[in-house]
Amino acid sequence: MTSTEPHRLWDILKRYDSNPDALIQILNEIQKDEGYLPHITLKLLSSELDVPLSKIYGVLTFYEHFKLVKPGKIIITICMGTACFVKGSPALNTTVKNMLGIESGETTSDQLFTFERVACLGCCALAPVVQINGEIHGQMTPNKLQKLLTKIRKEEEKGEEK
Amino acid sequence: MTNGNPKKKKNHERRILICQGTGCISSKSNEIRKKFETEIVKAGIHEKVEVTFTGCHGFCAQGPLVFIKPEETLYCKVKVEDVEKIVESHIKKNEPVEDLFYEDPKTGKKIEKHNEIDFYAKQKRMILENCGHINPEDINEYLHIGGYSGLKKAFSMKPEEVIEAIKESGLRGRGGAGFPTGLKWGFCRNAPGKEKYVICNADEGDPGAFMDRSILEADPHSVLEGMIIGGYAIGASNGIIYVRSEYPLAVHRFRKTVEDAKELNFLGKNVLDSGFDFDVMIQEGAGAFVCGEETALMASIEGERGIPKPRPPFPATSGLWGKPTNINNVKSWAAAAWIFKNGVEEFKKVGVKTSTGTAVFSLTGKVKNSGLIEVPMGTTLREIIFGIGGGILDDKKFKAVQTGGPSGGCLPASKLDLGVDFETLQAEGSIMGSGGMVVADENTCMVDLARYFLAFTQKESCGKCTPCREGTLRALEILERITRGEADLSDLDDLEELCHVIKDTSLCALGQTAPNPILSTLKHFRHEYEEHITDLRCSARVCTELYTFVIDEEKCIKCGLCARICPVEAIMGSKETSFRIDCRLCTHCQMCYNRCPKDAIEKVSGKC
Repeated sequence: MTSTEPHRLWDILKRYDSNPDALIQILNEIQKDEGYLPHITLKLLSSELDVPLSKIYGVLTFYEHFKLVKPGKIIITICMGTACFVKGSPALNTTVKNMLGIESGETTSDQLFTFERVACLGCCALAPVVQINGEIHGQMTPNKLQKLLTKIRKEEEKGEEK
Repeated sequence: MTNGNPKKKKNHERRILICQGTGCISSKSNEIRKKFETEIVKAGIHEKVEVTFTGCHGFCAQGPLVFIKPEETLYCKVKVEDVEKIVESHIKKNEPVEDLFYEDPKTGKKIEKHNEIDFYAKQKRMILENCGHINPEDINEYLHIGGYSGLKKAFSMKPEEVIEAIKESGLRGRGGAGFPTGLKWGFCRNAPGKEKYVICNADEGDPGAFMDRSILEADPHSVLEGMIIGGYAIGASNGIIYVRSEYPLAVHRFRKTVEDAKELNFLGKNVLDSGFDFDVMIQEGAGAFVCGEETALMASIEGERGIPKPRPPFPATSGLWGKPTNINNVKSWAAAAWIFKNGVEEFKKVGVKTSTGTAVFSLTGKVKNSGLIEVPMGTTLREIIFGIGGGILDDKKFKAVQTGGPSGGCLPASKLDLGVDFETLQAEGSIMGSGGMVVADENTCMVDLARYFLAFTQKESCGKCTPCREGTLRALEILERITRGEADLSDLDDLEELCHVIKDTSLCALGQTAPNPILSTLKHFRHEYEEHITDLRCSARVCTELYTFVIDEEKCIKCGLCARICPVEAIMGSKETSFRIDCRLCTHCQMCYNRCPKDAIEKVSGKC
């Protein structure tokens, strides 16, 4: 939903009757659509809802879920829930940091990987868990994760060559 | 509008139920279901055999699970390749496939029937009774097992009588605090005002907990039924369910639930000709733990930052948009539906005097059978962990059990014979909480676990009140110093004092309970703190600054694999001489430790 496609924002606003009380729902929908919350869309939203832009930023920065920066193509989410933690998620963190050279919340310079951490995915019985673009991979080990990331990177490179 | 009547039931000789909870889906249970569907059609028996799916069966450690009715056979860890075998042998020839039965880890015996497996046999399933047995996306299945009969019963009573019945049942809030549900409903009913709200709190933010998610995914109608009963009793025509956005499947299934319920007039105008109107809206959260606190949750629904407000006024008089509001947890609503379906007396029979009914836990961590469990209140921790849970993974030594998530505490082995109920756990410095139960073994460092929880609450503190915002940060700094081996013994006294200040002066439950993990570990595992401070050792070998990786030269065969795979080139040496790990470069990623073919790499406690 960049400036060229405002009609998608209108669709979302219509669903919520442009009700400022539904701000979080609307932000959720924009992010589902766009992957993040672009500044230009938020400006538009501010005038449509008649809510100050500062207020919108105030609300969205409170919530962990909202992103202001465009994420990479592949989002790696490491679960930091208690079950995952006692079963070794800190080592998975180190693995991702070592392999990609980025900290949690950052994206690689080639825009391929974004590294995130989440409080709990609720798949505790499969701990430790890593989510890659929404797909859950259970009983992870640093070695399995390394292989998986290498495989993804190779496939992406192949795709680009084609 | 068909007014609450289900479609006629089809009579299949056999039913194949494939678990499609989040856990099993992640191990490809979708594909298993598709394969079953094709195989059954291929065999030409689709008129007699139904293939369907269920929500979480609870035994996630053994997933993907396939359940065959009426025999009640449970197949564990099923792969797509196994489907043909099950259809050929079990479905066609009535010869169950023994290879895929559950294997008892104690006896090595294969067990076919699900209710003969310790994990299930030792539970008492009330709130979870339908989970794993019905298709959560088919309202007719819920109706065929007596669903919404509780609602009809409630409608035959006056609203005041409904509240009295809940009071009589002794039901207490399953979200953690354990406030009597009937009293809460009564306050809201008696509050002046025409417009009232009931809210279902499904913002299950505790790390290590998945009870609410599983119920919403496996038996969503029971939660909705409870909400309608509550709405009727309180006089509220609007219901809202606040669900974490991290739970897309739960959101999807509840949305379907609401649509189906509307079609059969369980929602909408004049529900089942009772004269009562009720509607439910679904609100997705946006990842803030504090929104589990009721006033913060309501602020979030209003489109604001999720910051708690001082009470009074209590939500019962001035809640959402200033209107009287009643909030209950997912399990409380499901329990209310159960009570009206099965009767107050049946509910009271279970549990102990002050805590009636059952407790639902997500049993995880270093335990053999992890999954979703339900036991009568008062069941001992030992029975849960060693009976249902089958004991500690790899037969290691039990160290502690953590209940109540970041607001709860850790209990040592000496407390294993305590029964779980609201009062007992609180007296020991833990809480019942929403139902997370994480087991720690000898390889878990209790200081690090306390640090982990505090890092979580510190990050999730909304920042409104000083004791929580600043206090948790200072406490975390002390804990970090301890785990790095840079603290002295006086830090422990400061830490303890600080914890009490945070507990006594914070505005909401997040701050008031945040010190519990520290206080309980200081109480029961003080020696571990002292070991970190005075001996500069982490005997569980978890705190990375206090242990190193060392190659045992006697075991090492000089294959050089470790040096090749080390991502930071911390391993030096050659095949001719020997290999050595430079602990100053090592990032503790454990890659070498996990891959060494001879297990020659050891963790040695002590500083680098």
